[in-house]
Amino acid sequence: MRLALGPLLYYWPRQMTMDFYAAMALAPVDVVYLGETVCSRRHEMRLSDWFEAAENLLSAGKEVVLSSQALLESESDLKTLRRLVETGKEGRVGVEANDMGAVRLLEAAGVPFVAGPTLNIFNGHTLKLLAGMGATRWVMAPEMSREQLASILAEMPEGMETEIFAYGRLPLAWSARCFTARHFNLQKDACEFRCLAYPDGLALSTREGEPFLTLNGIQTQSSKVYNLLPELPGMAKMGVALARLSPQSEHMSEAIALFRDFLDGKLQPEAAWESLGAVQLAAPCNGFWYGKPGLDLVENLAKGE
Amino acid sequence: MPAAHTMELVCPAGSLPALKSAVDNGADCVYLGFRDETNARNFNGLNFDDAAMKEGIRYAHERKKKVLLALNTYPQSENWQRWTKAVDRAADYGVDAIILADPGLMAYARDTHPDLRLHLSVQGSATNYEAINFYVEHFGIQRAVLPRVLSLAQVEQVIANTRAEIEVFGFGGLCVMVEGRCSLSAYATGTSPNCDGACSPAKSVRWEQTAQGMETRLNGILIDRFGDDERTGYPTLCKGRFDVEGETYYAIEEPTSLNTLDMLPQLMAMGVAAIKIEGRQRSPAYVTQVTKVWRAAMDAARREGEKFAPRAAWMSELNKVSEGQSHTLGAYYRPWK
Repeated sequence: MRLALGPLLYYWPRQMTMDFYAAMALAPVDVVYLGETVCSRRHEMRLSDWFEAAENLLSAGKEVVLSSQALLESESDLKTLRRLVETGKEGRVGVEANDMGAVRLLEAAGVPFVAGPTLNIFNGHTLKLLAGMGATRWVMAPEMSREQLASILAEMPEGMETEIFAYGRLPLAWSARCFTARHFNLQKDACEFRCLAYPDGLALSTREGEPFLTLNGIQTQSSKVYNLLPELPGMAKMGVALARLSPQSEHMSEAIALFRDFLDGKLQPEAAWESLGAVQLAAPCNGFWYGKPGLDLVENLAKGE
Repeated sequence: MPAAHTMELVCPAGSLPALKSAVDNGADCVYLGFRDETNARNFNGLNFDDAAMKEGIRYAHERKKKVLLALNTYPQSENWQRWTKAVDRAADYGVDAIILADPGLMAYARDTHPDLRLHLSVQGSATNYEAINFYVEHFGIQRAVLPRVLSLAQVEQVIANTRAEIEVFGFGGLCVMVEGRCSLSAYATGTSPNCDGACSPAKSVRWEQTAQGMETRLNGILIDRFGDDERTGYPTLCKGRFDVEGETYYAIEEPTSLNTLDMLPQLMAMGVAAIKIEGRQRSPAYVTQVTKVWRAAMDAARREGEKFAPRAAWMSELNKVSEGQSHTLGAYYRPWK
């Protein structure tokens, strides 16, 4: 099973982002997704910076995929999307479509693409349609369960790869509204880029102090860290090709190494799970995989197949 | 592009009495769903069985009104046929259009019932014209319902760049998240709007009077707490009060309703084909009230054009049935974002 580093969901200063990807070039990850997928106001990294990071990762032997923004509202969002598609035409890097608008442009350009997790592919019929339009890999929506996956895999089009979101805070919702700006009583258009102060998002708790969600600009994430590490061998047997790990501001290389060592049989699931506990951002959960509320942790299965 | 005089008023019908209320009070179209998870208002006691569906269609068609059927959740591989059968039943009964979100199901409808009119549901999350044109070109959808995320100028931009008719939400409960791209309820309760057709479901709700006040919980998670002087509200996940950096407030959205009556002349002028009223889960009395006001307002806007201004009486009627007794222009008004 290969490991993929998902797109950076948070907003970091340019240098921090470049340093992060320089470190990732050395990490045991096979595929790296790059680009801003959350908010069009985030400009620390210009498109040229992303291309520079892509070149470095390509030189390090990584497969590089540029991810498109999930929520496209304005003409300038579409302009950025068109540039991504143009880059995809050159064939050196792949493109992940996170909106049907991206699928339309990629199909028209004849560029093969990754069908991203926000395309809502819940059945084999839709997956087949996307395969016909040029999708060569699909990323399952994180809210789907192992059972739902199994029934799609039974109808899987030939040559299609499956990727599963397996580690990180769950991206749960997108909005027109920016909740980080709202926290500071700022309008989105004058947000002062407050996201920069929260490299792993802004914590939201219930009124009794229970951590619940994470505010990341217009995106809402879980507070807990989705962690499917012990499920990976079972997934591989089902035919899943890639596990997606989502970037966090610290200890990302360690987290990736733990996944790799576990997959290579160098670490027992209990040891890998415990070591991950020391580097992950918050308590783990795995409920979606078992068809339960996402925040649940199915304990008996969490530590071994 | 549809002219102002053809703009339709699309009203919710969660039951046969609600359907009749909508038709009798000036709706051009009603939208409804079967009694299962094939639609996004899969609530107990709501929606239509076959007999009610036939009677509802007869009632509306006799009065020259249209019936739109929402099949706007996402079928999964293991229950695929429940959705395709629902498409077949809708075609047999003679609904005027079906409202879909899943591309696979659209392909099925296009191939099996080529004459059946298709609308793209708000659950399809199409916020830009490239996405809408994707559905037009592949499946021949004739209308798209826009998620409640665009500003007025952005709606206009969409209309200028697609041949699909555009329907927008005019009034009712406000999803602050992009419809179709929200797993908050699935995360907290296991009930997914995308697959199960419900958000923050009643079965997961607990009300509890405590020393600190009335507490509302969803699957045990505290969504809000109300003092004796506060009006309690249903614990919709995104409309609770939470703590962020020591401050307790409506961190995501207040309990409020969308109301775009103020913008009616602009929406008409830019060629919006239809205004949708949210609220299939609401009572026939709500449907009557809201339909009446919107019918009067749309007729007045048509007559008065730019001079149109919403009457104070309409606004107060609508506020009475609004969530939290207040309203907002939502994303249409840019600073809200």
